[in-house]
Amino acid sequence: MKENKSIMDRIADAAKSVTTGVDAKDIEYWVTIYIMGREYKVPADLTILTAMEYAGYKFVRGVGCRQGFCGACTTIYRKKGDYKLQTGMACQTRVEDGMYLVQIPFVPAEKANYDIEKEKYAVSIFFKHYPEIAKCLSCNTCTKACPQDLEVMDYIQAAIKGDFEKVAEESFDCIQCGLCAIRCPSEIVQYHIAQLGRRMFGRYENPEPEHLKRRVKEIEDGKFNKEMDKIISAAKNELEKLYAERVRESD
Amino acid sequence: MAEMKFIRGYPEYMRELIKKVEQTRMKRKDYTHPALSKEGREEVLKLHPDFAPGGKRKISIGPNKGEIGPTEVVDLLEAYPLIEKKDIDLSRTDYSPEILIIGGGLAGTTAALWANNSGVASKDILLTNKLRHGDANSIMAEGGTQAADRSNDSLKKHYIDTMGGGHFANKPDVLRALVEDAPFIMDWLLKLGAIIDREDNGDFVEKWGGGTSVRRLHSCRDYTGLEEFRVIRDEFRSREIPCIEHYPTVELLTDGENRVTGTILWNIETGEYKIVRAKATILATGGFGRLHIRGFPTTNHYGATCDGVVLAYHAGAKLRDVDTVQYHPTGAAYPIQIVGYLLTEKLRSTGAQPVNKDGEAFVFPLEPRDIEASTFIRECYVRNKGIVTPTGLRGVWLDTPLIEIKNGEGYIEKAFPGMKRMFDRFNIDIRKDPVLVFPTLHYQNGGVETTPWGKTSLEGLWVAGEVSGGVHGKNRLMGNSTLDTMVFGRRAGISTAEYIKSGKSAGKLTLEHTKKYVNQLKEAGIKTKRRAPILLPEYRGKAALARMIDIF
Repeated sequence: MKENKSIMDRIADAAKSVTTGVDAKDIEYWVTIYIMGREYKVPADLTILTAMEYAGYKFVRGVGCRQGFCGACTTIYRKKGDYKLQTGMACQTRVEDGMYLVQIPFVPAEKANYDIEKEKYAVSIFFKHYPEIAKCLSCNTCTKACPQDLEVMDYIQAAIKGDFEKVAEESFDCIQCGLCAIRCPSEIVQYHIAQLGRRMFGRYENPEPEHLKRRVKEIEDGKFNKEMDKIISAAKNELEKLYAERVRESD
Repeated sequence: MAEMKFIRGYPEYMRELIKKVEQTRMKRKDYTHPALSKEGREEVLKLHPDFAPGGKRKISIGPNKGEIGPTEVVDLLEAYPLIEKKDIDLSRTDYSPEILIIGGGLAGTTAALWANNSGVASKDILLTNKLRHGDANSIMAEGGTQAADRSNDSLKKHYIDTMGGGHFANKPDVLRALVEDAPFIMDWLLKLGAIIDREDNGDFVEKWGGGTSVRRLHSCRDYTGLEEFRVIRDEFRSREIPCIEHYPTVELLTDGENRVTGTILWNIETGEYKIVRAKATILATGGFGRLHIRGFPTTNHYGATCDGVVLAYHAGAKLRDVDTVQYHPTGAAYPIQIVGYLLTEKLRSTGAQPVNKDGEAFVFPLEPRDIEASTFIRECYVRNKGIVTPTGLRGVWLDTPLIEIKNGEGYIEKAFPGMKRMFDRFNIDIRKDPVLVFPTLHYQNGGVETTPWGKTSLEGLWVAGEVSGGVHGKNRLMGNSTLDTMVFGRRAGISTAEYIKSGKSAGKLTLEHTKKYVNQLKEAGIKTKRRAPILLPEYRGKAALARMIDIF
């Protein structure tokens, strides 16, 4: 049978469970989860996100990139018989038997407004815009909540000391989901503080590369105008020739 | 509930197959598989989803009538407008910005900042989003951004590389704008405080991208789009530019002639609509990965459903190059939870090799994406040298441990935290084991035809980013999409600001164009229940869907 199918059809068939949803008849392993308290039986292979869809939810919130980059699908859950409240991204967390879960649709958090051209590159900037940072208890709850496993408390402590490099380094992989801020007993908005720290570090720590400055100036001076005027009117065969004759820079 | 036995993230039989990759690894370390000749490329491209038989048909109405497009796209163009037969009151305007921007990814957000930089007050700009501000493909861009800023590089080289990658179909004046503005965009990002990878001497770290002749790729670890977007959105928010979320655009409004004058927004939670009247509208709605063209999984975000192209086409805008689709060679093929997700090309630029079931390298790792993807399909479905997953997917290995063999221990953690994290979550250590990959639907190469300043064939309508067509021709190169969003977002912002300053008054609001569109559909004999734009894909379980009823 399969031999008669085109390659494209075979590829589409193989990917069907991903593109149009799983079919109950193909599923061998099932788990029971509780979505906002209600029981659903779902295929064991799914993530929290796809399991909720399987159960019939159409997401209009609490979903974004579906690949762990955007921070939209913040989820909290407990497992049966476990006192611990766990956190994760719905798109990156596989369902487990007995999971009780709910999604956080929105994180209320005030972001300070600033013009980084007019700000002073000094520790005072954090206290000026986010004075509550001084209330950090060093309890590490933020770190435990982070689905990216970042050392959140460490970068907040670094900010308090004015160590911009550490703030930038430790917070770089932040997807701004807001779980740290929701869990913080001192009501600090860690991810906004990190954003401010990273921008200041990026703006003031590293001078602009010389090669970039040079190239921008050359373009402004019109150095390449003639060459570009010529190339945009080149015929296709001429371009094909230039493309074929390219010399690859050595590794 | 006895499940399959796993050893460090892989089922036993796959673990056995990995041994073959391990056996040949050190022999392959210094080996580079030769690149394909022009003839070799032509031959293997026949297997590419764009060229394999089927999957396309002619567009039967509108400005691009008679041209070919993917069936899934043509289905949406040949669908009835969402608001047809709905009673829409256009007499009350809810928002009246000077500039309306639809879509808050990199392109739309950049456009807002540059309209503001060009003298349009924050309060006179409105950015609307289907989901959250930032639910966009931009934020997921991993690899980097191209800009010809090294002394041995030139704008011309960037131009030729892109032209060749695009099969010489790129619009020359638009491509010129892309390469000419690129260094300036890097400079702008630095001034906004973006943290871009640097060498010890302060120079940018610049890596290879597929199809380029020079190392030209700027990265922020493997979170390039995330870093670029976070910084730009932070600046946008600091300037208090009005922004509304969870309000998809369901139709554009026109003056009944050739000018776009506003839009109908729809509250995706409550169902209430809002009317926007704007002097200038920038469409920055992104691409179409969630249409799952030819049944492929996708790297795209949840909202990538071709809305912008459909809306613009309803209003009468001309499209370009919508016939080709970009499949990224290295989508994850295992485990099932992450199938289709993007594994950045930068993995290959830093040494990871594609390897078949027998542990053999079979392709030059950095061919342009369409070529590279086609060789993977050949390996899996013609030569039968792919690896079959427990759910029946096929893929080839991407030998990631080579990265640390070539660049030293600790390199992956530093350069690819996102990739490492993605697999760690499923107990796979990409430093020690290869990962399984197969092409995945990645990018809309064409779209609404654009000019160097983002103008479309309609007055009052600009485009920027993936929704536009022209700059990438028939196949986009790596690192040119984030660049595209910022170059043309900026240009659209500047151009709309100039348009406003020329003293334009707002136009009247009508739905005449949708009436005309419906007439064309009827005249062409298209009988269908399809409606577009679709706004979101459908992933609800079939059993649950089958028993759903509308009551409220």
